[in-house]
Amino acid sequence: MIKVRIPTPLRPLTKGQGEVETKAGSVVEMIEMLNSAHPGIKDRLCDETGELRRFVNIYVNEEDIRFLKGKDTSLKDGDEVSIVPAIAGG
Amino acid sequence: MSKMKALVCRECGKEYPTKAIHVCEMCFGPLEVKYNYDEIKKTISRKKIEDGPRSMWRYIDLLPVEGTNFVGPHAGFTPLVRAKNLGAYLGLDELYIKNDTVNHPTLSFKDRVVAVALTRARELGFETVACASTGNLANSVAAHAASANLHCYVFIPGDLEAAKVLGNLIYKPHVVEIEGNYDDVNRLCSEIAAEHGWAFVNINIRPYYAEGSKTLAFETVEQLGWKTPDQVVIPMASGSLLTKIWKGLHEMKALGLIDAVHTKINGAQAEGCSPISTAFKAGRDFFKPVKPQTIAKSLAIGNPADGYYALKATAESHGSMDMVTDAEVVEGIQLLAQTEGIFAETAGGVTIGVLKKLVKQGVIKKDEVTVAYVTGNGLKTQEAVIDSVGRPVRIQPSLVAFEKTFKMGKNGGGDA
Repeated sequence: MIKVRIPTPLRPLTKGQGEVETKAGSVVEMIEMLNSAHPGIKDRLCDETGELRRFVNIYVNEEDIRFLKGKDTSLKDGDEVSIVPAIAGG
Repeated sequence: MSKMKALVCRECGKEYPTKAIHVCEMCFGPLEVKYNYDEIKKTISRKKIEDGPRSMWRYIDLLPVEGTNFVGPHAGFTPLVRAKNLGAYLGLDELYIKNDTVNHPTLSFKDRVVAVALTRARELGFETVACASTGNLANSVAAHAASANLHCYVFIPGDLEAAKVLGNLIYKPHVVEIEGNYDDVNRLCSEIAAEHGWAFVNINIRPYYAEGSKTLAFETVEQLGWKTPDQVVIPMASGSLLTKIWKGLHEMKALGLIDAVHTKINGAQAEGCSPISTAFKAGRDFFKPVKPQTIAKSLAIGNPADGYYALKATAESHGSMDMVTDAEVVEGIQLLAQTEGIFAETAGGVTIGVLKKLVKQGVIKKDEVTVAYVTGNGLKTQEAVIDSVGRPVRIQPSLVAFEKTFKMGKNGGGDA
């Protein structure tokens, strides 16, 4: 099983759950599977062309997927995924 | 009628109430305060601002708070220094340093954003405040929380400068050091913020917090005699400061405080963490995150949340961006100190280094009125310069020893 942490703006779609589980083999598959279980999630995460929206950050085991293989980053049993909106700094 | 209309998504335009939220539920875009400009326009004037307090609160009409029970009543209105020596050295006729190394109370521009954030957090009923920080923000949140009797948690990366760590501990907040860089801290804090009902100044309070940076634009214009500069150079970490200075200039025009905005906005980063400048130079409107590796730790954000908007503002203004090496950062700090007597932290070295580069490239011209934003104090990043400033001359307490060391002639002068 792979744990996916759900950010606040998406929790209305997961009946308030802050964490859900998936068996997906990659990030792109995870988005599809989350969308089947919680319809509407894909539209929130991806734009019309299917690319991840500009302000969506996805991390696999604490590493930004943009340092891995992006949407094609593979997932395996025991991995933890975080979906995090971009936040300001300083 | 309230001056704040709503929070609005910068991406899709969806509106939300003015609560402690920062992300659009529909598209994850950042939320921004939408003002009732028609209402504000009825009362705002240069005279009203000039008659206001000698702090950034003289621009309260354009800041996202309801009342006047301020946290941080003394922030802002820092000196705009006419930098004649540095200007002569660089070949600029009219150069100014906006000197936030002396901001109150924690010596960085963060006192502006935190004053707004905590004033708003208190209005929204929060008793605990928190932040993810590269140092200066944490110092400011900790100090303001102490003065406002708020509980405080600050989260910092594990490799900060000693003075920035001490500058938290002294106010006795909960200081949490994360084994990782700022981007790790940020991600963790975003997850913590989702679980605890705290006011995270740069997360759920961000729409209000970020607005405080506009005051750097307002003050610059007022201090120049209600004129906009031709060129500005701004350090970039998340890119928020640059974006808000651009917004502030346009608000002043929209409200009739100035006639036109012709300012070119220039962004500065350190080479070891320059995702925004790199994208600009490559002509891209999106950036690739990086793993920061620079002494300019206050700017070490590899995944800059406002990078996209910073690129946009710079392009709209026909400005430029560049980056400097760590050696040039140190050189920039020394140059500013030795020409203007202003001791800046590493981010200031980045700004001065890039200013120098842009003048050399002919991007900034001799006769253009130029303002460089120096946003933090050098006493907080002593590690950066400690090996390049030399040592004091040590002598016995005798006149002979002094005269011998300095080889004084009758008319003084001489040198060690």
